Amino acid sequence: MENIMQYITAGNIIFFILAAATVLFGILTVTSTKILRAATYLFLTLFCIAGIYLQMAYDFLAAVQISVYAGGVVILIVFAIHMIKGLGEDKEINKGQRRIMGAAAAIVGFIVFSACIAAHFIQSGVEDAKLDMTANIETNINMQTVGTTLMGTDKFQYLLPFEASSILLLACIVGCIAIAQKSKEVKK
Amino acid sequence: MITFGEIINNVHTALTGALPEWLAATIEYIIIGAGLLGLYCVLALILILLERKICARFQCRIGPNRVGPFGIFQSVADMIKILLKEIITINNVDNILFKTALFLAIAGSFCTFGALQFGDGLACVDFNVGVFYILAISSLGVVGILLAGWSSNNKYTLIGAMRSGAQLISYELSAGISIMTMVLLAGSLNISEIIAGQEKAWFIFQAPIPALIAFVIYLIAGHAETNRGPFDLPEAESELTAGYHTEYSGIQFGFFYLAEYLNMFIIAGVAATVFLGGWQPLQINAEWATGINEILAYIPTWLWFMGKTFALVLLSLWVRWSFPRLRIDQLLKLEWKVLMPISLVNLLLMAGWILIF
Repeated sequence: MENIMQYITAGNIIFFILAAATVLFGILTVTSTKILRAATYLFLTLFCIAGIYLQMAYDFLAAVQISVYAGGVVILIVFAIHMIKGLGEDKEINKGQRRIMGAAAAIVGFIVFSACIAAHFIQSGVEDAKLDMTANIETNINMQTVGTTLMGTDKFQYLLPFEASSILLLACIVGCIAIAQKSKEVKK
Repeated sequence: MITFGEIINNVHTALTGALPEWLAATIEYIIIGAGLLGLYCVLALILILLERKICARFQCRIGPNRVGPFGIFQSVADMIKILLKEIITINNVDNILFKTALFLAIAGSFCTFGALQFGDGLACVDFNVGVFYILAISSLGVVGILLAGWSSNNKYTLIGAMRSGAQLISYELSAGISIMTMVLLAGSLNISEIIAGQEKAWFIFQAPIPALIAFVIYLIAGHAETNRGPFDLPEAESELTAGYHTEYSGIQFGFFYLAEYLNMFIIAGVAATVFLGGWQPLQINAEWATGINEILAYIPTWLWFMGKTFALVLLSLWVRWSFPRLRIDQLLKLEWKVLMPISLVNLLLMAGWILIF
């Protein structure tokens, strides 16, 4: 009893609530047959993950998660879904081959993640592996570090990938404009 | 003088001394949550009364004047009424989304509200990336509005939601960039560091030209983000009944109403924090003004914050009741062709200003 009580910390309780909510909404995302509901559950899943980041003191990552994924991507998805016809109807999307492919992807993903977690436990030793989810956290990466890491050219600095991804995004924007532009013949 | 920081510390030591850690933490969370919720509701009541009074004056009326002296209990009476009203269940709506939407709308506004600093030591959370958090979490409200509009199964609500989505996503850009302009000056995203940097002079006086441009842009874009006139296309009552919240009744409608008013307060609060020094008193950086500075510093910090915020709220009400509504193309043109380029150039101007001065 003594042993169990010492693990009931506020951090742990919050972590398990967040983790349970993440898993629940994740399952609902893939099992929901209504597309807009699925998008909402996806939003809530991403939001709960942001909560876990916050708990690990990765404030920046949490804010990025909320603004880019929960805020940006999901809003765009919902926005696009609004323009689809027959939105409220139930759709059976998982049939035949798709079901097999989905199962395969899920199993491979599960194996990869369990391997990662197992490797972590073997490295640090099961004895040391703390049950307190927030025990080892001291790193609170400040914005200056993130900025210099993104814009630097030294080892473990990421200027080249940063610039490459910005070119990719520029290409995406130009492509969007090209697609959205009405062709000139139609205008005349 | 006892500061809020000391009171909070005393409560914390008393609780952790008497109770196990997790119980003390839980009680602290509950106290903070209840306190914030109380402030949220009281501010909403004050803002609604303020709006009705001021709107009436703009339209040459007296406004609410029957309940209590000068009608100051009008919004309390309205609150009781809205709590007692029947919530009408509507057939053929997507019930889960219909009910989730209103919680998302109010949760977005409440999470942003929690990140504000109301006075010296009067802050719930102090993130490393506070300003970024505020910009990010406010997108929760957009999802709420989009879902509310769609799940109501009504043409008008859907059109309102689509308009609102386009408007909020567009105006978030220039609001974000103008805040980033000030972050450049502050050198930090942390709200308490931003406020601490304004101890000698508010940011709007530290770099007058770029800061003033950013301030005006933020006020316009922020005002547009609250979905209020002249940017109230999402709920244009002459075209769309009431836009995205047409089908909601009773306290469900009340949630959207509360979120709308508090968003106005939050926008004003963020503007006061980033541009006007948050809870820092006005300080004149001159030899002759030490006496005045001391008097100004004697006014409690929470009063400074509330004073600045309510001044900006009054500005927002003034704009709301003075300008006619924009058309949707004018609205998007204003953002993409006017505010966006200006704020981008302004960002460069601020960078140059910091390098030179």
